Amino acid sequence: MSIALPIGRRRPGAGVPSGGLAMGASMLWLSLIVLLPLAAVVARSLDGGVDSFWHAVSARQAVSALRFTLLISLATAAINAVAGTLIAWVLVRDRFPGKRVVNAVIDLPFALPTIVAGLTLLALYGPNSPIGVDVALTKLAVLLALLFVTLPFVIRSVQPVLLELDRDMEEAAASLGASPGVIFTRVILPSLIPAILSGAALAFARAVGEFGSVVLISGNVPFDTQVASVFVYKQIESDNPGGAAAVSVVLLALSLVVLVAIRWVGAWGSRARTQSAAVKSEARQNER
Amino acid sequence: MISVESVSKRFGDFTALDDISIEAPDGKLTALLGPSGSGKSTLLRVIAGLEVPDAGTVVVSGRDATNLPPQKRGIGFVFQHYAAFKHMTLRDNVAFGLKIRKKGKPEIESKVDELLHLVGLEGFADRYPAQLSGGQRQRMALARALAVEPSVLLLDEPFGALDANVRAELRAWLRRMHEQVPVTTVLVTHDQEEAMELADRIVLLKDGRIAQVGAPRELYDQPADSFVMSFLGRVSKLDGRLVRPHDVTLSDRPEDGWEEAMVQRVVHLGFEVRVEVVRGDGEEVTAQLTRAEAEALEPHAGSIVWLRPPASGVSA
Amino acid sequence: MSVDRRTRIGLRVLALGYLAVLLLVPVGLVFYRTFEKGIGFVWDSITTPAAIHALFLTLEVAAITVPLNAAFGMLAALALVRGRFPGKRLLDALIDLPFAISPIVVGLALLLVFGRTGWLGPTLADAGIQIVFSVPGIVIATVFVSLPFVAREVAPVLKEIGEEQEQAAATLGANAWQTFWRITLPAVRWGLAYGVVLSTARAIGEFGAVSVVSGKIAGQTETLTLLVEKRFQNFDLAGAYAASALLALIALGTLLAMSLIGARRSES
Repeated sequence: MSIALPIGRRRPGAGVPSGGLAMGASMLWLSLIVLLPLAAVVARSLDGGVDSFWHAVSARQAVSALRFTLLISLATAAINAVAGTLIAWVLVRDRFPGKRVVNAVIDLPFALPTIVAGLTLLALYGPNSPIGVDVALTKLAVLLALLFVTLPFVIRSVQPVLLELDRDMEEAAASLGASPGVIFTRVILPSLIPAILSGAALAFARAVGEFGSVVLISGNVPFDTQVASVFVYKQIESDNPGGAAAVSVVLLALSLVVLVAIRWVGAWGSRARTQSAAVKSEARQNER
Repeated sequence: MISVESVSKRFGDFTALDDISIEAPDGKLTALLGPSGSGKSTLLRVIAGLEVPDAGTVVVSGRDATNLPPQKRGIGFVFQHYAAFKHMTLRDNVAFGLKIRKKGKPEIESKVDELLHLVGLEGFADRYPAQLSGGQRQRMALARALAVEPSVLLLDEPFGALDANVRAELRAWLRRMHEQVPVTTVLVTHDQEEAMELADRIVLLKDGRIAQVGAPRELYDQPADSFVMSFLGRVSKLDGRLVRPHDVTLSDRPEDGWEEAMVQRVVHLGFEVRVEVVRGDGEEVTAQLTRAEAEALEPHAGSIVWLRPPASGVSA
Repeated sequence: MSVDRRTRIGLRVLALGYLAVLLLVPVGLVFYRTFEKGIGFVWDSITTPAAIHALFLTLEVAAITVPLNAAFGMLAALALVRGRFPGKRLLDALIDLPFAISPIVVGLALLLVFGRTGWLGPTLADAGIQIVFSVPGIVIATVFVSLPFVAREVAPVLKEIGEEQEQAAATLGANAWQTFWRITLPAVRWGLAYGVVLSTARAIGEFGAVSVVSGKIAGQTETLTLLVEKRFQNFDLAGAYAASALLALIALGTLLAMSLIGARRSES
């Protein structure tokens, strides 16, 4: 029989940098820089009570801006899902001179300031367009800007999954008579769905909040091309922080929902990957 | 000397160590042997201070080390997967402990050179671990551990990640090293052959408890139970007892009380010959004969032989 | 799966075409337009007092923000990977927040805390500290939006190297700080470098939050991105292009650094 000596929980990790101090410091910093300000927004939005919150959020211009933002962001996510997968496919499976440069350039929207992105698109698709295409001040302009800044998300999400894909399955399907199209839709695409979804969700979240690239090219015509972030900006400028805060809270709620969704999809995707990896390794064991 | 007393350790629901008490004598090599999950690695890490036991004490070199972190126990530790500092050269790896102790540069250099010579890695001082083979990395890890002149050397399945022939080579090398530099050593292994070859004393663990402690010969010749016997060498089952295959005696003539059996298969393994026989009741028994014995007996598939009833052996 | 040649070329054309139309041609055009008027013009445009101040301010903000993010990122990665505490998952989720929040909301949030009528506003005013409409405000806003990068790049690397090297260092006598400095940090250096590059690019390029929080005071709180906007609003298109080209050049430098460090990272 062993007697548990009353020494108490001795320090874990025995002199190795452990998580304790780091955890405390990180949470403190995060609370100060992120949580406190966000709390202030929520508090301000409810300053005049739930009524004034509702009033601000249901104002016609606010509703119009929110609806437009939602729809255009969904469109952005959808287009990215398709285009992003296509580009990821070409980058992983195809070979051509300059592929490495193209691959590096994909990250440009990450690195480029949003205001420069807007200006860049304006140069080609605005009033001084050398090819005569002028979509400034239109909804299409907003879409273009959003597609620009969200370009990398789906691509970078799908690429690693495509790289890791086991070609055996495709070869088996081909040997059973499946055409490339069928192989793609039945064998490859299912494995990519979690990555596509989480990339698209990230693109959606980014699009919903986008400001810099949209503010120049869209003209911000209320009830037409004004997105929620610009609406909030205008409210701040018109010294209406309450209204701004209210719509901001809606945007925040949206962000949170998307973040949670991304986590779920991520967990689902990695479970599927570990399951398929386990099945594969077991199959190899049995072969021996 | 290392003394572990009444040490217990649990991870959640799983009991890794259950009231273990052992001693590792000075200057000797003690092997902690056992199957996976027996607690041998946990015990070693408790001795090292990398795990904190829930109960019990650890005494290292006469000092109560139970509350001391690994830094203060005067130990050297060698990990199964080398734990080489990937971003440092061999020289810097080996010198690490000395640099931490703020030794002077000339002293460090001469010590490192001496150790690299000892482990046979002289020319490799400026290479990085990634440029070395597994066996070389492990020798470096040993040099690194010895650099700080530990009073105790702890090895956690040091050859487990290496190829079979490298393993055999390093095993012999470690034996020679230990004879040259007799530091009190504790070695964890799941390989009974390794334990038999290297250890002065074996502690056989099962499910967090001690199955038997003693010199290798003792455990082999006088196993405490069937687990110890089957773990430490080949066994054959005969009449509800476990016997060593080389203790199974066959005859081509019927003897008094000996039982009839038919030879199923004869396998020639170079210096020994394995004969698999089946008795009248269907029990299969494996006997191991020397070449001379086999030549005298001339067994072949289908021939009839007679089995001597087991004289010794442990009940299965 | 081998696709026939026609399909492969077709897909390639589609993909590259999309990229060209959306990305490559517009960026190329901006550079063209910028240097259309000659290098001299561009040089003059980016060496006006306002431009020089904007550049220095932007760099100054980045120089403060990035080390802060690096320190936080390192701590957060340690907490996430080595920590055994409840609330770890909360930390994990919270770190991603800045990715998902609109920069305008960030600006508003900071106004509401540090502004004149904000939560801490009066206290700070009494102490003579000016946060909004001043450089500290820009720094805090920039820290907010670029917060997650280092943590997200370092954490996976930290996880992959495992604890054994650190344990070995402990058995050799190193204390926690020595182990961190000599073993942990060098082991994650490429992940750290990559995260720092991403964080720097984000800090330099921040626009929305800084728009709200800085007051856009020329010569004082006008960053390079705000300068681009101002020039555009003032119909100084060429000037806006020039400043944009400068920022684009920095962005390309970032891409290059990402490429190089990325390659080093996969080597090790």
